[in-house]
Amino acid sequence: MTPVPLIEYRDIARRFTTRRGTVTACEHVDLTVNEGEFLAIVGPSGCGKSTLLNMAAGLLQPSAGGVFYRGEKVPEPNTRVGYMTQRDTLLPWRSVEDNVAIALELRGQDRPTRLRTAHEWLHRVGLKGFENAYPAQLSGGMRRRVSMARTLAYEPETILMDEPFGALDAQLRLVMHDELLKLWAATRTTMVFVTHDLTEAITLADRVAVFSARPGRIRAIETVDLPRPRDVFRIRFDPRFGELHDRLWGYLEESVREGVMV
Amino acid sequence: MTMSPTEAIEAPRIGHDVLASARAEWFKVLAWRVGITVVGLALWETASGRLIKPFWISAPSAIWAQLYAWVESGDLWMHMRITLTETVAGFVLGAVSGIAFGLALGLNKRLAAVLDPFIIAFYSLPKIALAPLFILWFGVGLASKIVLATFVVFFLVFYNTYAGTLAVEQELVDVLRLMGATRWQIVRKVILPSVLLWIFTGMKISVPYALIGAVVGEMMASNKGLGYLIQASAGQYDTSGVFAALFVLMIIATGLHEILKQSERVMLRWKEDST
Ligand SMILES: Nc1ncnc2c1ncn2[C@@H]1O[C@H](COP(=O)(O)OP(=O)(O)OP(=O)(O)O)[C@@H](O)[C@H]1O
Ligand SMILES: [Mg+2]
Repeated sequence: MTPVPLIEYRDIARRFTTRRGTVTACEHVDLTVNEGEFLAIVGPSGCGKSTLLNMAAGLLQPSAGGVFYRGEKVPEPNTRVGYMTQRDTLLPWRSVEDNVAIALELRGQDRPTRLRTAHEWLHRVGLKGFENAYPAQLSGGMRRRVSMARTLAYEPETILMDEPFGALDAQLRLVMHDELLKLWAATRTTMVFVTHDLTEAITLADRVAVFSARPGRIRAIETVDLPRPRDVFRIRFDPRFGELHDRLWGYLEESVREGVMV
Repeated sequence: MTMSPTEAIEAPRIGHDVLASARAEWFKVLAWRVGITVVGLALWETASGRLIKPFWISAPSAIWAQLYAWVESGDLWMHMRITLTETVAGFVLGAVSGIAFGLALGLNKRLAAVLDPFIIAFYSLPKIALAPLFILWFGVGLASKIVLATFVVFFLVFYNTYAGTLAVEQELVDVLRLMGATRWQIVRKVILPSVLLWIFTGMKISVPYALIGAVVGEMMASNKGLGYLIQASAGQYDTSGVFAALFVLMIIATGLHEILKQSERVMLRWKEDST
């Protein structure tokens, strides 16, 4: 099966001009995300990972080059993608269930049906019993999980996730990895997953892209040829995992070091 | 798993203790408030006639007597009703038009840009200074006071509503845009709920100003209302009358504020911390 390109970054750059001068978040990025693939992006803080996702969502335009979705310029906004942003964007005046159900509500689904879906998702992310709580009453990690449920519940064609599990403890993170992979195996939704954590990237993804420090460029892209279904609790002890981890860590280390030197 | 007997007994009692201590705290606060009031009134009563002439500060007992007399004659109720009518009518008209105009401008950047200098000009105008003009236009009856109160409230509510629309978090709007929301859905589900908090703030701070508008209008030209009562009492050097009318005004302002606070609590339930 030949891969079908879904999101394409063609030699893009993005600069931000503020009063203190111009920052180049990323430049000369050429990257293709194929349909049905799980791509992870790792790189040091500030190298433009979130910026890349914002461009795929059509919330931000590149300063140079072009971003394409299914061969066409990304629309503003790109309603084909579900985007779980790095920052919390739950609506504080809505209960947890109504937050999760919002996309279905926008589509005009009736309340009992959409709440049933919302409850199913809340159950999956381990938040049964918090349906009627308000976001302010939840912990940071719980809010992240509600955000994830909200993004997955309406089954967008492509999902962008920006450090979704950063606020979770190591054990819960593994549980979420397991859930996410099960889900992904069932739907094969295209995923672009940004993280700081190399282990997380290898555990989940088909390919891992390592970025250099700012201005972010792609340093290496490696295919993760670990068989699926993967046992998220044990896969890190697989010798092939270790080999890949060492190699990717080499790239990432260079990126991090040059980031510190700048 | 069955609960051990100690747990079964302990669990509810902890909740009860917390509640009981909260209530004890509340009683302490209440006791202090009552104490301060009693001591303050006692000092006032003692000072009056001994340290300071009653002509200047009257005395709680005299004020009470005056209030009682007004209640007996029916005067108090009549004046109060006039002032309340003006205040509430001005408040409602001002708030409704302020919210509508604030939203219209917040949702229409071009209109906002065009009207900006006019708004600043009117906003910086001390609204009370318009009272003579309104009395000239609308006469000495209720209408001129209602217009004045409306005007004052309008600007406060308008300004807060408009600021609220500018403060809506773009990220929340973007989330819904990505989900394919229409413009109207974004207004209803993101903009209005986040502006509501600002609208309430604007309404809460404008309650005393609605009252100011009504009372100032009455003081300038009228023969009814609490403002008139203050003016008339002062004209006869009747300090007790002035204080009595002020006391009634205070009660009204506090009552209106409390009503708004309660409705805010119901509308903005999501903001409440859990107990
Ligand atoms: N709206 C903006 N205005 C100005 N500068 C910005 C803006 N957004 C991003 N930047 C700059 O662009 C660079 C990349 O930002 P970005 O958020 O994409 O980094 P990131 O890789 O996601 O980092 P992190 O891992 O810490 O989330 C940063 O140096 C940041 O200062
Ligand atoms: Mg980021």
